[in-house]
Amino acid sequence: MDWSFIGQHIPDYLSGAGVTLRFGLYGVGCSLLVGLICCLCRYFRVPVFTWLARLYTELARNTPLLVQLFFLYAGLPRVGVKLSADACAVIGLTFLGGAYMAEAFRSGLESVDQTQKEAGECIGLTRGQNIRYVLLPQALATAVPAIFANVIFLIKETSMFSVLAMMDLMNVADTLRTSGGRTVEVLFMLAAAYLLILMPVSLIAYWVERRLRYAGFGDQRPV
Amino acid sequence: MQTMLKVENVVKSFDGTGVLKGVSFTLDEGKVIVIVGPSGCGKSTLLRCINGLEQVDSGKIYLKDELISGRTRDMHLVRQKVGMVFQSYDLFPHMNVMQNLLLGPTKALRKNGEEVRREALAMLRRVGLEGKENALPRTLSGGQKQRVALVRAMLMHPELLLLDEITAALDPEMVSEVLNVVIDLARDGMTMAIVTHEMRFAEAVADQVLFLEDGMAAESGPPEQFFHHPQTERARRFLRSFSYESKNSRKEKQDE
Repeated sequence: MDWSFIGQHIPDYLSGAGVTLRFGLYGVGCSLLVGLICCLCRYFRVPVFTWLARLYTELARNTPLLVQLFFLYAGLPRVGVKLSADACAVIGLTFLGGAYMAEAFRSGLESVDQTQKEAGECIGLTRGQNIRYVLLPQALATAVPAIFANVIFLIKETSMFSVLAMMDLMNVADTLRTSGGRTVEVLFMLAAAYLLILMPVSLIAYWVERRLRYAGFGDQRPV
Repeated sequence: MQTMLKVENVVKSFDGTGVLKGVSFTLDEGKVIVIVGPSGCGKSTLLRCINGLEQVDSGKIYLKDELISGRTRDMHLVRQKVGMVFQSYDLFPHMNVMQNLLLGPTKALRKNGEEVRREALAMLRRVGLEGKENALPRTLSGGQKQRVALVRAMLMHPELLLLDEITAALDPEMVSEVLNVVIDLARDGMTMAIVTHEMRFAEAVADQVLFLEDGMAAESGPPEQFFHHPQTERARRFLRSFSYESKNSRKEKQDE
């Protein structure tokens, strides 16, 4: 292992990690929003939107991100919609992530007893108040593991952004590998970089899960 | 006396199975109606139709003079005036007792939190739950939970309170602590529609009794009549199934 090579290219990896993390978080944030909206449409059986949300979920989950990105980046310009690589990255990741997040939220919401919704209605809460104070807090307690699994999955999926010619971690490593040929060092650093980004996310997930369990959130059994 | 609730010919079916087949009754302000009948007769469905948890297929329901059936958009405004308590308590498990109590008044009615809190503490004291305001629901007994649920409904100052078998899930020794609260409310003039299987309580609290069978009002009248001189064979059979004998009928037997 050539440590001086590694030391020399740390700045490249740092800037790659910056791109990965930044666009990963944009994607995660938008996915949470899209996922929540889709899941609420389905939970409350909003006419038409329920159906659209299902169609979208199936479409997004059953096509690879690579194909979705090519579609946005290479396909759309053919019909006159030209998006920057950055925009394609965020839209692509959100398209994929929104569907996964919707399913995670849905698993949480469906685990909340129907009678809780009715109890909220019976004290005169509006639908929005019921969601905010009664349903979501309980749903999230159940959905947290699935949501964090999705966060990690989505950050890893940013490795596809190299097809958009973005200089994320994957592309940084790929460029170094094809130019310098030190495959072992390059890939070692690539794996280490992803690990350093994702390990803290896993730890946060673990911590949040434990806190929710101790608080007895979403759990009506005696402790 | 003003009519609080008027139910007119309500029909409701689930998947083609008729549950309510044209039920009517009126309830005056400050009065209590007890709805009894064999399980599956539609008692709970009737209550759920009144506050819009189920939509009626046909028929009309009025609260005072306001038509409240068949509405969807602003049903929460109706529910602010019609409280309901369920068999399964349905406290919010992620909130402590006080948070459970404050949610409706402060969010739905936008009342001042401090005022409601003071009122809530007074009500908790009244139902024997002093000092429980910070407890989580899962640390309470069934009877305590149900009393909290009653206070939660009462803090909305409803015009009408619906009680759906509120003691059915309780251990026998806890039934009376909950029913005493209800009897207190009745004494204070709370208008209530109560579904229950506790016949002794029903007789004590009711101003009128509605006996439902197979989705129809098989008999209705004052409690003295229903419990002591039921007019129909079906009602007699129903009361016998509880081996229910009120104090009076026992006395009658002794006299014989």
